[in-house]
Amino acid sequence: MSFSLVKRWCETPLLRRVLQFKTYRRKILNYNMTYTLLRHRWMKRLPVLSSSFKMISTQTDKDAVDLSKFPADRIRNFCIIAHIDHGKSTLADRLLEMTGAIAKTEKNKQVLDKLQVERERGITVKAQTASLFYNHEGQQYLLNLIDTPGHVDFSYEVSRSISACQGVLLIVDANQGIQAQTVANFYLAFEAQLAIIPVINKIDLKNADPERVESQIEKVFDIPREECIRISAKLGTNVENVLQAVVDRIPPPEASIDDPFKALVFDSNFDHYRGVVANIAVFGGRVKKGDRIVSAYLGKTYEVNELGLLRPDEHSTGKLFAGQVGYIVAGMKDVKEAQIGDTLYLQEQPVEALPGFKPAKAMVFAGMYPMDQSEYQGLRSAIEKLTLNDSSVTVQRDSSLALGAGWRLGFLGLLHMEVFNQRLEQEYNASVIVTAPTVPYKAVLSSAKLIKEHGSKEITIVNPAQFPDRTVVSEYLEPMVLGTILAPDSYTGKIMSLCLNRRAVQKNMLYIDDQRVMMKYLFPLNEVVVDFYDLLKSLSSGYASFDYENAGYQAADLIKMDILLNGRPVEELITIVHRDRAYSSGKAMCERLKDSIPRQMFEIAVQAAIGSKVIARETIKAYKKNVLAKCYGGDITRKMKLLKKQAEGKKKMRLIGSVEVPKDAFINVLKRKQK
Amino acid sequence: MMSLRAARRALSPGVRRFSDTSGGEIVEDVSERTGCAQLTTQASLYVHWPYCLRRCSYCNFNKYISRDNNDHMMTECLQKETETLLQLSQVSCVTSVFFGGGTPSLAHPSTVAAVLETVSGQASLSEKAEVTLEVNPTPVGMSKLEDFCRAGVNRFSIGVQSLQDDDLKILGRDHSSRQALQTIEEARRLCPGRVSVDVMFGRPKQSVESWENELSKLLRVCDDHMSLYQLTLERGTQLFKQVQGGEVTVPAEDVTAEMYQCARRTLHQHGFLQYEVSNFAKHQKAVSHHNMSYWKGRQYIGVGPGAHGRFVLPGEGGVAREARTQTLEPDVWMREVQQRGHGTRRRIQLNHLELLEEVLVMGMRMTEGINHKHWELFSPQLSLREVFGRSTDVQELLQSGRLILDDRGLRCSWDGLALLDSMLPALLVELERQISQRLQRDHHTDGQTKKTSNPR
Repeated sequence: MSFSLVKRWCETPLLRRVLQFKTYRRKILNYNMTYTLLRHRWMKRLPVLSSSFKMISTQTDKDAVDLSKFPADRIRNFCIIAHIDHGKSTLADRLLEMTGAIAKTEKNKQVLDKLQVERERGITVKAQTASLFYNHEGQQYLLNLIDTPGHVDFSYEVSRSISACQGVLLIVDANQGIQAQTVANFYLAFEAQLAIIPVINKIDLKNADPERVESQIEKVFDIPREECIRISAKLGTNVENVLQAVVDRIPPPEASIDDPFKALVFDSNFDHYRGVVANIAVFGGRVKKGDRIVSAYLGKTYEVNELGLLRPDEHSTGKLFAGQVGYIVAGMKDVKEAQIGDTLYLQEQPVEALPGFKPAKAMVFAGMYPMDQSEYQGLRSAIEKLTLNDSSVTVQRDSSLALGAGWRLGFLGLLHMEVFNQRLEQEYNASVIVTAPTVPYKAVLSSAKLIKEHGSKEITIVNPAQFPDRTVVSEYLEPMVLGTILAPDSYTGKIMSLCLNRRAVQKNMLYIDDQRVMMKYLFPLNEVVVDFYDLLKSLSSGYASFDYENAGYQAADLIKMDILLNGRPVEELITIVHRDRAYSSGKAMCERLKDSIPRQMFEIAVQAAIGSKVIARETIKAYKKNVLAKCYGGDITRKMKLLKKQAEGKKKMRLIGSVEVPKDAFINVLKRKQK
Repeated sequence: MMSLRAARRALSPGVRRFSDTSGGEIVEDVSERTGCAQLTTQASLYVHWPYCLRRCSYCNFNKYISRDNNDHMMTECLQKETETLLQLSQVSCVTSVFFGGGTPSLAHPSTVAAVLETVSGQASLSEKAEVTLEVNPTPVGMSKLEDFCRAGVNRFSIGVQSLQDDDLKILGRDHSSRQALQTIEEARRLCPGRVSVDVMFGRPKQSVESWENELSKLLRVCDDHMSLYQLTLERGTQLFKQVQGGEVTVPAEDVTAEMYQCARRTLHQHGFLQYEVSNFAKHQKAVSHHNMSYWKGRQYIGVGPGAHGRFVLPGEGGVAREARTQTLEPDVWMREVQQRGHGTRRRIQLNHLELLEEVLVMGMRMTEGINHKHWELFSPQLSLREVFGRSTDVQELLQSGRLILDDRGLRCSWDGLALLDSMLPALLVELERQISQRLQRDHHTDGQTKKTSNPR
């Protein structure tokens, strides 16, 4: 990703860069404020590009950032958290413009959202960081804006980003008010004991009701309404106040330059030329090019090749000091070597690792197979490239009798999976079959022999075919999530019955104002992974918002369901279900199969069974007549072609007993439903 | 005025060479006995008349409505192409001629006479050879039947389609049921025992019961041959759109299957023998010899816009059979015929496997199926039993009683015939596998022979 940035920069015609340079100057006059000009960004790169440019940059390195001039008390580290579409990226754009990090143009739309999927969906997938220089009451400050992923699927990343900060801007849409994700994000910041600055955005909208939102904030978050800043990020209204509040209300990082070097890795990217580019927050000491550093998680030693600030483009500084945030390149070859949450320290000065590190844990699994086995290699390299940048995806090779060789991938959550899939298709042009997502179940074994075999009493089941029999298990466990739903109260009834249908248990319910209700439910994760969110959206006309956080495992009455074709089980369709849901999911699978298996010369019974008990059945009637009426010397070519195609297809059919099942049928049953 | 037939004889007494063996039927039997030589020296001829007065709502055939009156040029071109293709094929005997369309009964009888004349000029056409004309049972069509007979037609295939006037309207036909009955009567008077009636089932709103009534009415008036076709909804037709749009409903699959079985039973009870999926005849003599030669995998030459042919071209040094398609659009086709003597748009050489595939697919449509001799004619190296006897898929079909492989050959049972298209893919898979194995074996043996004969 950083590679692509550099590339993009280099592709910019020189002339335009000169023009940009002029714009920066003019802007200073316009705003009548003193922002540090990004001149040295030019200095660093120009000599490489063309020596003739030196004449413009006569001021040379005088203005280059001397990071030692920014002790911790002149640094503010903050992030912006918000519900989807409440204007996080737009505010970031404005902050970047006002501090001169980027030129002010019409094109600055979500500068930090670089991926196509991010712009399309209005969400941030990869967190970006930008260091801003800001003059306040005669002092120059270094403000580090740490952009966070916009969804709780990435809550671990969010929590790591937050732990690199001392304060947050909590943005709420003046029209929509508090949403589910606002709540989830607030608690992440609150638990991390950060200074919270509530920002009410989009006050320019016709239906904006900032007063109502202020009272919601007071009620739900217990923040005095006077602390809210009303802005329009789009128009730039009051954004200056936000910058001032960052300096005034957010404490500087407690980090001493005299301590041993200690840094938190809060993000990482992969660059084909330089390897891993890690984003770090320096919690103590200093680090410079050539230092030998150690990753606390892996214990591996690396030499620092390059480091500097992100503005938001990489800007090498050669050094980073306590309290600062920047990037570091140290010859790491794999993003798994720079795991988010890991601690870095100097080889000769070991320190205790920072708390809170967890290796990424997949919560949603799905099979991915190439449409055609000939595309296997291409898909493999696409998946490899994508996972280079995303250490949280787990990859396991898998194979299915119906779909061929493929992978079982683990994701942090549903959105994470969708984003991954969309990026595969958009950025790598790979067409994939994605199977319906499953969750990792657990079984507590009772058989001593099995415990010995597995090396532990508790095992995780990812592949339904490996589901252990009830007789050797003392209990099964399923992953739970705590879901937050916010909606206008007129939908409460419908939402409650939907949740009830999904085996959810209500934990609490709160009116956040006189119309909006916040409900918390404990859900089995399995019940929300497939279509819950879509249903919630449609039954609330789009007004309800939903978010969830992991809530451990709970005992559950799980059973293995087989799908039978004329009495023969189909291995790839084995499903683990809760006993209460067996009938409805069995029926749904039988119906989908019935629609996708072509009629044959004999009747086909499509059944869902638990053990030997059939719980649902559909029948595919036998063909009574299948012969072309007219076949003369006329056009038999067409008929021959059709028959040859069927003969070819026959070779690729999966035979279950004597029932021929086309690959499409498996795809239709296994793949996620299209929305 | 001289009759057309008389005129033809008078004009060219020596041109039409009557073969001594004569009689289309007899020639066919000979071919099976005497082997492959006749496969390339004989052919049937299909002549396509592309024009119609109106468009039937279910038809996606190659036909054209608006036209200038260029029958004369069309006739000349049909003659020219007949001549050219017969020369290229070098067949010595044309076993049958079929005038189809379009609406060939719209053509002038002299066109038919002229084409037959051309045929006789190039190859022998027996006096008894079957010459069929498709007839639309309109008053105009009926009035010309006698002249068609004089021109050389000796068999009529009448497109009755339905005896319900409402249905005829929905189908877009331009005749009434009364006119159809009259046309049948007139055709039977002219060609007794050589009239076929075409009927369609699975029509919009049709029930099994109304179909049964219609059949018994037809049985009272028909001759010795009947063709029953299930209406197939073809993409792009008006009826297809109407059904898609929900304006018209056609009977469900189960209902049409019942109609088919019911018709087979009824016709059987009335002494009609089913000899092909959609064709029934009272006795062996009444079968359509022209169509039989398609199903038996014989050569045929297609003349006219969009016509298809399957024949060897020794005239061009060819050895393998070719699949030929003529240019679709009449005006373009005519221009091509005028320029190069024929309007062939596409030529594809059939390899051995493709030829056998067609022999199989066509042959299995007959109730008698493919007998061992018939198969051996095309596949002297691999017998029917060698090809199909070993396959487990085929074994299952045999065990289910839908397919029969015995001393006579390979054929469908009564039940199996209605499901032929479900069985053919399995048979085609097996055929391909056996032929390719055979090729590999031969190749392998060749290699070994070379080795032993040439040790160094």
